[in-house]
Order: sequence, then C-alpha cells, then structure tokens
Amino acid sequence: MKTSMLFIRTPEGIVFSQLLAGPVTRFFAWFIDQLCITAAMMLLGTAFNLLALIGGNVATALYIISYFVISIGYGIFFEWSRRGQTIGKKLFRLRVVDVEGMRLQFNQIVVRNLLRFVDSLPLFYFVGGATCWFNSQCQRLGDIAANTIVIRNPRRAEPDLDQLLAGKYNSLRQYPHLAARLRQRVSPTEADVALQALLRREAFDSVARVELFGDLAAHFRAKVDFPAEALDGVADEQYLRNVVDVLYRAHGKPATEKAVSV
Amino acid sequence: MIVDLQRFIATGRPFWTELERMLDRLEAEPDLRMTLPQLQLFHQLYERTAADLAKITTLSSEPETRRYLENLVARSYGEIHETRAQQRRIFPLQWFFQTLPRTFRRHVRAFYLSVAITLAGCAFGGLATTFDPDSRHVTMPFGHDQLRPRERVEQEESRTENRLAGHRSSFSAYLMTHNIKVSVFTLALGMTWGVGTIFMLFYNGVILGAISVDYIADGQLKFLLGWLMPHGVVEIPAILIAGQAGLMLARALIGRGSRASLRTRLREISGDVVTLIFGVGVLLVWAGFVEAFLSQYHEPVIPYSAKIAFGSVELVLLSVFLAKSGSRPDPSPENPDA
Repeated sequence: MKTSMLFIRTPEGIVFSQLLAGPVTRFFAWFIDQLCITAAMMLLGTAFNLLALIGGNVATALYIISYFVISIGYGIFFEWSRRGQTIGKKLFRLRVVDVEGMRLQFNQIVVRNLLRFVDSLPLFYFVGGATCWFNSQCQRLGDIAANTIVIRNPRRAEPDLDQLLAGKYNSLRQYPHLAARLRQRVSPTEADVALQALLRREAFDSVARVELFGDLAAHFRAKVDFPAEALDGVADEQYLRNVVDVLYRAHGKPATEKAVSV
Repeated sequence: MIVDLQRFIATGRPFWTELERMLDRLEAEPDLRMTLPQLQLFHQLYERTAADLAKITTLSSEPETRRYLENLVARSYGEIHETRAQQRRIFPLQWFFQTLPRTFRRHVRAFYLSVAITLAGCAFGGLATTFDPDSRHVTMPFGHDQLRPRERVEQEESRTENRLAGHRSSFSAYLMTHNIKVSVFTLALGMTWGVGTIFMLFYNGVILGAISVDYIADGQLKFLLGWLMPHGVVEIPAILIAGQAGLMLARALIGRGSRASLRTRLREISGDVVTLIFGVGVLLVWAGFVEAFLSQYHEPVIPYSAKIAFGSVELVLLSVFLAKSGSRPDPSPENPDA
C-alpha cells in the first residue's frame, strides 16, 4: 500500500515517522541540481578557455573529464558530505536516508547515484519517476538498490492562534484538571482536524459549516465531561475555539513558541 | 496519563540538548570513536529521549516538540543500532591491490557468466559475418562496415600525417568517459533483473565477434591483434567486470536460493558492487590512455609485434592481478577481507 509516511519501530518499542518525498518535489530538486551542475560547468568552461590559450587539446580533455566527474560526482559528493542533501534537496527540505533508519553508508550513496543511468531513461527520469510513483515508499530504482528513501522535512507555517481565538474568554480554562485531561485524551490528528476546520471556516458553505462544527463539538464534548456552567450559552463553534485554545496554548501562551526554544 | 508540559520540557531539555550535541559531533567527525563512558552516556541519553518521545506522542498539544524528539531519536537510532563496519579513511593502494581483486574473486562465478554471455555474442557476431556478409552494416558500428579490412590496413599503413596530432588528449578523455559510462550503464541495467546487462554484454560480444571474424577472414589477424590488444586486453575485461557487478545486482534482486529479504540481499552486495565499478573505472582510464596514445598507431610507426607483446604483458599482469593479488591473509584483524 502506498503511504506518505515511513514508520520505524525501534527495538525499545518506540515508533518514529519520516515523511516521504513525492516524485514531483524530487523532480524539482533534481532540476535545481542540474542548474547547479550547468553553472559549475560554465565557470569551468571559462577557466578552460583561458587554459586553451596555452594548450588547447589538454584544456578540451580536462573539460570532458570535468564534466563527466561533476555530473556523476555532484550527487555523491553532496549527499556524502552534507548528510544526504544536495543543493536542490536542501532547498526543498529533502534528505536521503537509510530505509531502515540506519546510518547512511558511502556505498549506498554511490549505488543510488550510479543507478541514475537507468532511472533517467528514456528522458527526464521517466523510469525513475514511474517506479517512484508505484513504489510504496516512493523509491526509484536507485533507491531500491541502495536501500535508501528520500524524506521531506516541511517547514510548517504556524497558525495565527491569537487572531483565530481573538482573545475571547475561555470557560474551559476555569477547570485546569479537566483541560489537562482533554489535552491528554485528544490525539494529534484530532487536534489538527479541529484547528484546520477553524482555519478554513470561510471556505465552507454556511449550512455545512454549522453541521461540521456541530459534529466536531459533539465529538470533543464526549472526550471530557465539563460542568454545565462551563458550556452554558457556548455555541458549537465557540466551544471548538475553546478546545483548540486549550490544546494548542499552554497557560495562555502559544505552546509551539515554547517548543521551538527547546 | 496527564503530563505537566512545562515541567516535562524543563526536565528533559538538558538531556535532549546533550544528545543533540553528541550527535552533531558524531556526524561532523565520521572517524570519531567514542570511549566506553561516552558510549554509555550516549546510550543512556538515547533511551531517555526515546522514552520522552513515547510520552509526548500521546499528546496533541506539542507537535513541534514531538517532531524535534522524533528527529533526535531517528538520528540516534542509526548510530546505536548500526552494525555495519564504519567506513574509515581510504587507503588507495590497499584498496586496489587487496580489496578489489578479493572482491572480484569472491563473485567470480558472476564474472564467468559475464564471459560466457559475451562469448555467445562473439559466436553470434562471427557466424553472422561469415554466413550473412550484409549483416556487417548492423553488427559493426563506428564506420567499420564502410571499408574492407584490407583496405583499412592499407590506408592506415600508408598514412603519412598523424591524424590524431593535437587531439590525442581529448580523444583519450572521450574514450575514458564513454567507456566508463557504458560500464556503469551495464551495471545499472542489473536492476532490470539482469536482462539489460545480458543484452549489453551480448551486444558487445556481437561487435567483437563480427569485427574479429571480418579481419581474420580477410587475412589481417596481425593488424587486428596489434590494433585491439594494447587497450582491449584491459578494456574488455573491465566491461566484463561491470557485467559481473550488474549480474550480482540482478541475482540479489531475484533472490533465488536465498531466504534473506530483498533489502538484506541488496545490502550484502552493495559494497562489493561499488568496489568493482570503481575498479572498472581505474582500468578504463588506463585503457583510454593506451588506446589514444598507442593503439591507433600502426606500422611502420610502431611494429605490430611490439604492440602485441605490450598487450600480452598487460594481459598476463591483469590475470595475475585478478587471480593472485591480495590472496595472502592480511595480518590486520580489522580487515574483513582477510
């Protein structure tokens, strides 16, 4: 089954996940790398033109060898020295890692880069792209042979919670032990659904929005039983805002800000 | 379980920071070998961070902290559980004279298969030229089909000007890069379950067989040997070794007779495949030099007997190198090849 995540379970029973990079993002990263190679060759070409004034044939030979070494060695050099990242991959926040979470070995980097010869057939990485598309872990042939995957570390834009929650009184905060229980019982996915629903509020049809917020409020109400006075006169949408406030902001301060400073 | 987040972060942060510092150092210095107390500390920090990750995974309110801890655990996991030998400094001479020939011999059956496929191609090319002379237009590339061997020999031997004058270096560079590309391609096609590698080896054999039979039938054996041997005795084995690496890849992919998983099979051979293809690169650099600076010169400039003798010496040296070099056990206990 194709998935966008790779989950690795350690012998200690801890599970961590890696977000897999798709073929389109990888293609763009590759395109940037090709531009870098072209730029390097243009610079070298200028240097060799000067060298040609002394020995034309030697300059041509050096240019041929340089192009060959750079076009093959670029990926190997950067992925080895920059821990799995070429310039293009760095720009798109991609990284080559071992498929089992182990340390990336030099052999793996060489194999995945040499197999570009087949992956790039017949044009523009059609074979590699097609393999990547159908492979459950988005691997091209080179990745399969080298036991590597390409992961993505996206920079997530933090939601503007202050604007979203608009400084309104949150009745749920009057019961800190219940608020803590709510944080404990809500999964990250559920919290994200609530947040996304509020962020996309304007995109919903009004009737659909009322229904959606009603369903979500009912779902979260079932998680923790707050006293009736905390819920009196609180509409479904406001209840959802209060829940998001409790989940994402510890003691009225954005939780993410604190985490970044770790 | 209810977690006081601020306290949780305040308590865990010193351990996470220390682990991150150790990881940064390990990744920046691949040759670094930790002492036993450092290893114990590293393991302890890893377990502590993994336990913190397990706690925070159930919480919805700290996605950034969870991602941070996941990143730390992922990086440490590779360092803690990696069992493959850590790659240290490369010793080129030791690699060339010991690792390369030993690797070649360890997978010599794949080389024999590579030779057999090429010989089958030679036989096909030779028979095609013998029984269907028109096939030379298909089986002989690089314009060899345009002239009869006798005509070409006359042309080469009567040439007064040096047609490569001023171009030898670039011609040599072209030959090296072209042949290495073909070899890497032959290796990489192993990922087509070996079909592509077999095709490349067979096709090379067809060309070789067709040209050889054409020259022999026309009475030009001496010219053929003088022309091909100086570079061919290195270039052809190099391509056969690339085929050997491709067939190793194919065998690991097919996995017949092995109970290991695909990942394990590929992991087992990847180091050897890389060793072989780097060896092929070295051989082809030499072959490129010889082809540009020696093979393209014929009598009366260089006697054929001298070129054949040179090729014969190369062949003997290469055979001895591949069969014997590094066969003496290495006294170093760290050497896995010993």
